[in-house]
Amino acid sequence: MTQQPLLELHGITKRFGDALASDHIDFNLYPGEIHVLLGENGAGKSTLMNIIYGLSTPDAGNIILKGNSVKIKQPRDAIGYGINMVHQHFMLIPVFTVAENIMLGHETRWGFSLDKKKASQEIQQLSQDYGLEVEMDALVENLPVGLQQRVEIMKALYRETKILILDEPTAVLTPREVEDLFRVMRNLTEKGISIILITHKLKEVMTIADRITVMRAGRVVGTTSPSKSSEEELAVMMVGRKVVLQIRKKPLQAKDVLLDVKEFTVSDDQQMEVLHQVSFQVRAGEIFGIAGVQGNGQTELALALAGLLPFNRGRVCLAGKVMPSLHPRVLMNHGWAHIPEDRQKHGLVLPYSVADNQILNTYHQPPFSSLLRRNKEVILVNSTRLIEQYDIRTSGPRNPVSELSGGNQQKVIISRELDRKICCLLANQPTRGLDVGSIEYIHQQIVRLRDQGVAVLLISSELDEIISLSDTIAVMYCGKIAASAPSDHWTKEQLGLMMAGYSPPPKSLTWGNRKLL
Amino acid sequence: MINPFHFLKKVWLTIDIPCAAVFLSAAIGAVLLNFSGANPLDAYGALFQGSFGGMSALGRTLEKATPLIFSGLAVAFAFKAGLFNIGTQGQLLFGALAAAVAGFGLAGMPGWLHAPLALLIGAFAGGIYSAVQGALKAYTGSHEVITGIMLNYVAINLTDYLTNGPLKDDTPGNIIARTPLVMETSWLHRIGSFPVGFGLALIASLVVWWFLERTTFGFEISTVGHNSHAASYAGMNVKLIIVWTMLLSGILAGFGGAVETLGVVHRYQPGFNIGLGFEGITIALLGKTHPVGVVLAALLVGAMKAGSSQMQFHAGVDKAIIDVILALILFFVAADVLIRKILRRRETKGEKVLFSTGWSK
Repeated sequence: MTQQPLLELHGITKRFGDALASDHIDFNLYPGEIHVLLGENGAGKSTLMNIIYGLSTPDAGNIILKGNSVKIKQPRDAIGYGINMVHQHFMLIPVFTVAENIMLGHETRWGFSLDKKKASQEIQQLSQDYGLEVEMDALVENLPVGLQQRVEIMKALYRETKILILDEPTAVLTPREVEDLFRVMRNLTEKGISIILITHKLKEVMTIADRITVMRAGRVVGTTSPSKSSEEELAVMMVGRKVVLQIRKKPLQAKDVLLDVKEFTVSDDQQMEVLHQVSFQVRAGEIFGIAGVQGNGQTELALALAGLLPFNRGRVCLAGKVMPSLHPRVLMNHGWAHIPEDRQKHGLVLPYSVADNQILNTYHQPPFSSLLRRNKEVILVNSTRLIEQYDIRTSGPRNPVSELSGGNQQKVIISRELDRKICCLLANQPTRGLDVGSIEYIHQQIVRLRDQGVAVLLISSELDEIISLSDTIAVMYCGKIAASAPSDHWTKEQLGLMMAGYSPPPKSLTWGNRKLL
Repeated sequence: MINPFHFLKKVWLTIDIPCAAVFLSAAIGAVLLNFSGANPLDAYGALFQGSFGGMSALGRTLEKATPLIFSGLAVAFAFKAGLFNIGTQGQLLFGALAAAVAGFGLAGMPGWLHAPLALLIGAFAGGIYSAVQGALKAYTGSHEVITGIMLNYVAINLTDYLTNGPLKDDTPGNIIARTPLVMETSWLHRIGSFPVGFGLALIASLVVWWFLERTTFGFEISTVGHNSHAASYAGMNVKLIIVWTMLLSGILAGFGGAVETLGVVHRYQPGFNIGLGFEGITIALLGKTHPVGVVLAALLVGAMKAGSSQMQFHAGVDKAIIDVILALILFFVAADVLIRKILRRRETKGEKVLFSTGWSK
């Protein structure tokens, strides 16, 4: 590309206290390209984008737009220059219609009243031009996440965008929605719009990027393109060392059934059945992966199994014993461990210290308590040991867990759950939102447990995670287990189709001794 | 292991806003005093004389502070579980009335038994009343602020009725709605000018501190307060903990009412205890919900109440100015943005006082 860059950054530097969040960053963006900004959490991607979008101002450096130096002090300036950003958390008003959300902040007025008709026509035109179909009069709260994201993009287009920044757009999408998004992105670049895509998912980068800039610790490590690079190379650039992307594990030596779930049925708050007669077995030394698009009952399955949601019917056997009722404490006493889906909601008390979080469910047992009195010394000693053993990066056991990075917060949970003698582990989305280094570590821990003979129930909407870890894969769809088979019986395409609810099942689908389909 | 400098800095960062709020309110109070034609220095001087100038003044301050410590502890204790016990007032009234009934109803008891028994009966009356609120919250999901306010009305009207009806003082010639005097065996006396009730309040704050900081039950309460989801994940019985917390909070409030009855009023008379429970909210916020802070805040407010008459007498200004200053303090502590601007300080993580945690089962 020999043309003039649309946007150039020269020597952008930003300090937060002693930390350099951006260290003399040079970056450029050409018209009509998809430029991926790749980096782990905390590498400085978001800081850089906030500077471009006017949410924070740099301490040093220039922003040059079409050859002219500009100052962007607030988002309004950025929007004026045609720079728009779609945040990871959508900024939509759920009770407004699609059209109302799109025109919000950029209303077409007729006197004092809104000219909804005109706006609606404009938006309709927009959606035809760019191939973005959304029903204009639908309420945003009724739309699936993928379409909500599309509304966000249309909102940006409505403001005549030249540069679109997408912050981790695929984190919330199903594989199919990701494909749709990529198609839309291609449409946009064909019309001359430039896109900056922030992500840490290597596979996506290879599919969609024109150019890739990798950041680490506030610096640009290098700029490359998919044709000149590989996933492995990018991972090394990102993390700064060699990363094991492929998980090595011993062949399956499954023994006794440790977790036996029979005809498990669960209703949600509105008394709707969200889980219908789900049955499965997990054996010692086996990782049983449940794949599925978010919202097909996996969350409820995990919560109910962990005793956090009442179940209607069914039976759960843990290590051969029928559980009379599912209560977190009873389960724990039977060797149950649980890595919850939402670590900040269920797994941690954020204002508490690391030490207190590491005894969150054993606080009442000796040696952490004697005669209702908390043994603070023992709790601290325990924490010091776990911090060392599980390599948790923190300034000490007294440090509030809220000050830790996501990966280290997850390690606090893992150190707490895996340090007991356990027979069964429920890991629900154990690596969601984590950086490559932490994902690698957590996968190793899960495999280590499996090799020690623990029955692992893994729930994840990351298909790659399910495929690389599981010995047996089941697909959940609409509150049922649609199919289940040893992992080498599945192809990725079959899994993707099963997750979407329509597909011939793979050959030899059996359930224990029973033929399933 | 603990660096004394860091410790002092931490203490300062905890108390700077309450201190600034007090000084700012006093300054505004001075302006108001000036407008009403009094010399602010004289007025504050008289206020100080009336609260700390001499043993009897000090005794009066301690006496005024005593029920405030209890109600402040009650509110602060519930805050730890994320519960806003606005029903402290009603609990305190029931505590005061129940102690009075035990005081005049149980005849022929020795003093060493009668006073403690009357205190305990008062405390449990407050506790049971508060546990109702807790159970409503835990098992039906109704918000404790709403039920608390309603139960306050129930308490006020029920105690009014009882003191004007079945429990009315039937001494010939009495037309006032009040209970008979309690027997002297149930009185809480003074040692010199030091009220015994104040000693009990100090012990109570020590016990509350120990309970919250050192016991597993305190850990459970605080976990429920910070994150009830994580509490149920950790196997805690969140609903039961809510009921227990409200029970204990109400026991503290009831204790305050009982101490006031047995130590100061010596009978139950409607109107005498009004405000003591509500002021617990001011005390708890000013004291940053810490037991030591609650004692200090209660002493401050107690001193202002004790010295207000002297101030009125000497400087010729209405006592009501004290209520204005108290209201200002609460205002500045609760809406601390202004103070933070003045102190140029941002909110630090995890510092925010935990208020009620919203509608949920």
